[in-house]
This record gives sequence, C-alpha cells and structure tokens, in this order.
Amino acid sequence: MNVFLSIALFIQGLAAGAIRSGTSILYAALGEVIVERAGIVNLGLEGCMLMGAAFGFIATVQSGNAYVGLLAAAIAGGLFNLVLGFLVVTRRASQLASGLVLLFLATGLTALVGASYVGQRINGLDQFSIPLLVQIPWFGPVLFEGDVLTFGIVPCSLVVWWALYRTRWGLWLRTVGESRRVAYATGLNPRWVQYQALAIGGMLGGLGGAQLSLSYAHAWIENMTAGRGFIAVALVIFASWQPLRVILGALLFGGAIAFQLQLQARNAPVSPFLLNMIPYLLTLLVLLALGRKRRYQMPEGLKEVFEGTQTS
Amino acid sequence: MNWPLPIKLLTMVGVIAFLIVGCGSPSSITGTTSATAPKLIVGALHVGSIHDLGYNQAMHEGLLEMQKNIPGVQVLEEENVPESADAERVMENMIRKGAKLIFAQSFGYLEPALTVAKRHPDVIFEHAAGNKLAPNLGTFWSDTTAYEYLMGVIAGKSTKTNKLGWVIGYPVPNILTSINAFELGARSVNPKATTQEIVDNGWVDPAKEAEAVNALADNGIDVTTMIVDSPSTVVQTAAKRNIMSIGFHCLCVQKVAGNGWLTGIGFTWGPLFTQLAQEVMAGTWKSRNIVGSLQQGYSAIAPYGPGVSDATKQLVEQNKADLISGKLHIFKGPIMDNHGQVRIKSGDVGNVDTLLTNTDWLVDGAMGPTK
Repeated sequence: MNVFLSIALFIQGLAAGAIRSGTSILYAALGEVIVERAGIVNLGLEGCMLMGAAFGFIATVQSGNAYVGLLAAAIAGGLFNLVLGFLVVTRRASQLASGLVLLFLATGLTALVGASYVGQRINGLDQFSIPLLVQIPWFGPVLFEGDVLTFGIVPCSLVVWWALYRTRWGLWLRTVGESRRVAYATGLNPRWVQYQALAIGGMLGGLGGAQLSLSYAHAWIENMTAGRGFIAVALVIFASWQPLRVILGALLFGGAIAFQLQLQARNAPVSPFLLNMIPYLLTLLVLLALGRKRRYQMPEGLKEVFEGTQTS
Repeated sequence: MNWPLPIKLLTMVGVIAFLIVGCGSPSSITGTTSATAPKLIVGALHVGSIHDLGYNQAMHEGLLEMQKNIPGVQVLEEENVPESADAERVMENMIRKGAKLIFAQSFGYLEPALTVAKRHPDVIFEHAAGNKLAPNLGTFWSDTTAYEYLMGVIAGKSTKTNKLGWVIGYPVPNILTSINAFELGARSVNPKATTQEIVDNGWVDPAKEAEAVNALADNGIDVTTMIVDSPSTVVQTAAKRNIMSIGFHCLCVQKVAGNGWLTGIGFTWGPLFTQLAQEVMAGTWKSRNIVGSLQQGYSAIAPYGPGVSDATKQLVEQNKADLISGKLHIFKGPIMDNHGQVRIKSGDVGNVDTLLTNTDWLVDGAMGPTK
C-alpha cells in the first residue's frame, strides 16, 4: 500500500470516527448553549445525558422501537433540567453546586432503574444512506451514511442558531441571559424564559445521551457517558456560545477520541495513556488560549455565576 | 421567594432522603427462598450487573447451577457493590441474614473480605482471582491462557485479511499473556496472521469499545476479540461492521453476536461452586488456591458460529487433546518478542504462572502497547 493511500484511509477513518464520537457531545453542547444563553450554567449536563441514555434504552427495550426511545430520552433530559430549574431559577440556589449534586443524583438513579436492563438486546437506530451521494468516493460513506441523529447534526444546529438570532423568542432568551433585571423591566418573565431554555436544552442533552446507548454501543451500562458531558460544557466556551461553532468543536473533540484509537489500530508507538489524555489536553489548551477573549462574549448573566458579581 | 421555615426544612429533608436512596445503594439484594429452612445460605457480591452478558453474568449463572444441583440452598446476591468499605457492609449484612459461605466475585473485594473474615471465623469466604489466603478465606480462578491459544487457531483459520484485533481495558501481564497465546495459536495455523491490540483505558466504556472496533475494522482487521467487562458492545459492533468476533467471560454473549460469531471462551463456575458449597455443608472445606485450566475445567469453548468449518473444529479438538496430554506446549522456545529479543530460549518451556504475573512483552506478530 503506498503512502498516500494509507494517509487517505487514515483520514477517512478519522473523519468517520470523529462524526460517530462527536455526535453525542454535539447535541449535549447545543442544549447547553441554549441554557447558558439564558444565563444558567448546567454543570450536571453529564447527568442529563445519563438520563437520556438510560431512559432512552429502557423505552426502546419496552417498546421495541428506537424512535420511542429517542422521545423518552428527550423527555427524561428535559425533566432533569426542569428539576435543576426549580433549584436555581425558583429557589435561586447556587448553580454550580446544584448542577453537580443533580449529576450525582442522576448517576445513582439511572444505575438503579437501569440495573435490570443491563445486557438487554436492542436493534438500535436504523442506519440509512442517501442514495447517489453515498457513492461519492471517499467522502460519500463518511458524510452520507448514518442514523437520524447523524443526519440531524446540521439541521439541528441551524434551527438553534435561527431560533436564537432570528426570532423574537431568541431575543428574549438572550436578554434574560444578559440581564434578568433589564428583561424584567421590558415586561418579560425571566423565570418562564429560563424554564423554557432549560427544558429545550435538557431535551437536546437527553438526545446526546441516547446516541451513546441507542446508536453507538447498543447497550446500557451505569455511568456510560464517561465524562462526555463535561467535555460538552467546555465545548460551549470553546464555541463562544455560538451554535454553529459547536459543530466544529464537536468534530474536533470527537476527532480527538477517534484519533487515539485510529493511531492505536495502526500500531503507533505512543503510550495509550498519553493518547487517552488528548481530548482533555485539547480542552485545557482551548480554555487557556481563549480564556480571556471569550470572557467578553460570555452572556453577562453568567458572570454572576462564575465571578459572584450581582447583575440582576 | 420566601417560603415558611417548615416547608424549607421539609424540602431539604426530602432532597437529602432522595439523594441517599438514589446514590447510596444502586443495588438490590435478590434471593430465593424455599418453604423450609435453607440447608445453606450463600452470599455473593458482584461488581456490576448480573445481566451484563459478561464477567458478572458468568458468576451469576454459576450460582444458579449450584442452586439447581443442591436443592435447599438459598442465595443472596448483591449487584453493583463498590470495591470499597461498602463491600464490608454488604458482607456483614449477608452474615446477619445467616450466610455461611460468601463469594466475593471481584479482585477489589480482597481487603474488605479479609477484614470481615477475621471478624467471623465461622463464615467461609471464597474470593475470585485473589493472591492472599486466610484460614477461612480461599481463592479461585480459571486460567484461560490455553483456551486463548485455541481461539487463536480458530481466528487464524477464519481470517481472510490475516489481521486479528483485540480490545482490552489495560495492558496488564495476564492479558498480555492471553494475547501472546492467541497470536501463537494463530501463527501455528497461519504464519501470516498478526494481532493488533487496542487499549481502551477502562474496563467499562461501551462507546469507546465501539469506536475501537470501528478503528480496527477501518484498518482491515476482520476478527476481533476482547477482554473488557462486557463483551456485548464489541461483538455487536463487529456484527455491524460485518467482521468476525470471538467472545469472552460469558458463553451467553453469543445471543447478541450475529453471523460473524466464531466462538468464545466462557467461565463455567457451576461445578466448582457446587463442590465448594457441598464442602462447606459437610464441614470438609479447606482454605486453598483453586485455579482451573484446560485440564481441570471451569471454562469452556462456546458453541461455534456458522462460519467455522468442520476441518477447523477438528483442528481445535486435536490441539486441545495435545495441550491436555502435554504433547503440545504453548510457550515452547524459541519465542521472540516483537522487537526481535528472545524471551524464551530454544528448548525451554515458559512457566505459565510466571508469565501471567510478569509478562510485559508481546510475541512476534502481536502489536500494541505493553505498558
């Protein structure tokens, strides 16, 4: 095999792997963008994904239909975020502490209710491909083959972008995220808007979790998100709260996961422990490089959370 | 919003109670009782779910077989027990319920089991894969090295690309020995066969296991096997990619494997658990280290998939007979590692027990991280 062919194959495998590994992170991060734009940081996003992964799987086993599972995952994720909403919106509890506590709660709850579903068999989401386009050499099978979540990546991101920047609702939501006081003065009900953002964000987070159990692993196991929720939270900062940049970020992080496994499969003489750190090192580097700059793009309301300054 | 103090307090208590129920013990004791007083109560601690199609399910099925063999034995099982002081609490709880024999089914239960064993000299403990004994604590395991050689023979005969793949949690000596035996088995029938290992950095991360199989398939590997807690995701992803798979831990994983299934290795603990329970009941139990093998049992080859030819099956039987009779040795020198260094000299035979604890190299033809 000549060198060029070998490199092309590597890139093809990497691209396909980046999409497969990045999809769950993408949906979770899109949801988090909406939530953070409304002035709330959900550090329990990992728990939201776990709820989606577990309840999506349970519903799929019960109904025999993975699309019912997707619906259940969205509802479970949405409900999870509404509980967070009660704590941080209605009760004004600390966002950071509430998110983390809810994460541990979700870890326990999903392990408990999911225990009897471990090892069950499901058919998972249907794989399909777009005729003709899939026959394009090299890129066809990478870009035009997948399940409903894969094909939903671009439309979903566009819809979130459109809703945030081209609708009145999006303007309200961003107003609330900048300053609850201003929003209140203009006649909005900030609590109601924040609950809406949390519900929709939670549904997307639930779908992200469901991608792991329904599309990828075809299995449920306790704590199967394995830190992907936290990567998604970091990704939102990387994407500077812009839905379309989330696609880029998710592919980058998904690519980092796929990269280490592709390297190993080609017998690269690098320690697997070092390779395993790549996604996290990347997160760290991005945060270091963009930390100060991103501060000006951060919704004003979030500064209250991170820096303790009162803006509302 | 200002709520009256009693409501605030009630909410807090409610949330705390919910947290304790939710996080404290994500597990349940399941047991079966007979109408009369049980002849023996057996407790078992599992590190994961007993339906994981893997390690824990194999243990669970062994206990079920024991119960079938000795009517009147009651079994208390607890799943998802953390490898910490929590395990002590679970064992104490089982002893309060009358357990006289306790199976601690994961390596991490060793220290908790030793502590509890000291407090309860009248209760017998059996610890899986351990390296320490106490007067009332014995250990058991099954060495699958020889079985892996046979898996290698099947893989070497079945592969079309001559590339075999392994997905593992961590490159520890006993697993490297398994990979070595596998590659040596494959090379014995197919001199071109190579084995690529992928390290996942964890025993339980199904999404990463799936991506590892995808990466192997992308690189032309057409037979994959694994040592991770549950083989379920690896065999299912292999089926999705239309490549062949070989199972591990539990014979039960075959039911999710599809047509690419070749065969697999599964623990068969039933006879051993039955024997140990009978010894405890008769008062003849003695603390010892039990290790199963190709000769002594406690593991089995899973039923073959449709793709394995009769000639290959016969070859496996022949090799198995030769390994048992001592005509064939897996680690018979000269054996070189993949850097060309001689690891076992010509004329020597590697001691499997030493290899299982010391191996930090892969044989010629096997590739991947060794530390």
